[in-house]
Amino acid sequence: MLERFNIVNRLPADAEPILTTIDQAVNLARANSLWYLLMGLACCSIELMQTGGPRADIDRFGSLFRATPRQSDLMIVAGTVTFKMAPRLRRLYEQMAEPRYVIAMGSCANCGGPFDLSYNVVRGVDKILPVDVYLPGCPPRPEALTEALMKVQEKIKKERYFLKKEA
Amino acid sequence: MEQEHLKKLIAEKLGEAVQSMEEMKNNDLMIVLDSKRLVTSMGTLKNDPALGFSTLMNQLGVDYGDRFAVIYNLYSSVLRKKITVKVHLDREQPEIASLERAFPGISWFERETYDLLGIRFSGHSNMKRLLLPDDWEGYPLRKDYVYPSSYNGIDTSRKDMLDDADSEDTARV
Repeated sequence: MLERFNIVNRLPADAEPILTTIDQAVNLARANSLWYLLMGLACCSIELMQTGGPRADIDRFGSLFRATPRQSDLMIVAGTVTFKMAPRLRRLYEQMAEPRYVIAMGSCANCGGPFDLSYNVVRGVDKILPVDVYLPGCPPRPEALTEALMKVQEKIKKERYFLKKEA
Repeated sequence: MEQEHLKKLIAEKLGEAVQSMEEMKNNDLMIVLDSKRLVTSMGTLKNDPALGFSTLMNQLGVDYGDRFAVIYNLYSSVLRKKITVKVHLDREQPEIASLERAFPGISWFERETYDLLGIRFSGHSNMKRLLLPDDWEGYPLRKDYVYPSSYNGIDTSRKDMLDDADSEDTARV
């Protein structure tokens, strides 16, 4: 009965079972649905928009932007973080549900970039958040951001999400 | 020619509030005003039909080391002339009347000047910091400003990778 309505598994080989672990299956799903928070702070966010656009198109990795931290898995810090923005950035990060990941996009988010002598720029977002991937460039091209996203995916796929914590 | 006419007109309208007048390198006129008569003088510059300096183009503060100055750039569509108005302030207690009533758009300019130089504008409706956090200490554009080493537990210095040349990673670079 079910075979009649099955439009995906049309080949006989597709109906065969696959052996895997729960970790791998869940990680595959997690890695391919990385929804990122719109965290455009400066000119890097223009490249972030380009990466979401049709040419670089990170939709094909299952990534799309969310306007709220509560639905996001990944925070792409695109731009210059000032001391006034720092507590707000920290708060948005804390509002994201775990597991959560951070990409520091561009020189400003990595180390303060060209604003080393400025009075109000945080010298790298890693002073306030744990960063998973540092992406250099001023600003990085969409291809580079796609690469950074793939690095996060690699990291997720290696994680043992269901590993029991030892007491 | 026109400049002489403008000088004469301003001296006539503003009277003794003008402390000095000079022509700047870009051929615009700069006048130094008495800080106590700033509001009335600016009101005259704006509202007098012969002058008509009704456009406030910019406002900024300057730290000269021994004193502060506040500078206003005005434009008159009647005379088609720009003018720079300068007011000198005391170094210890830099305070001057706000021009919010004459030029409502000056609000954020004055807040920025307060934020970066610590010049207070009396009569301002919202004299708070604009760019920096509210709990920031000091005024960054002052000449004697000392940059803090940390703010709310955030380190403000950047680590130079060349500093620890002992480690193997940087030795290779």
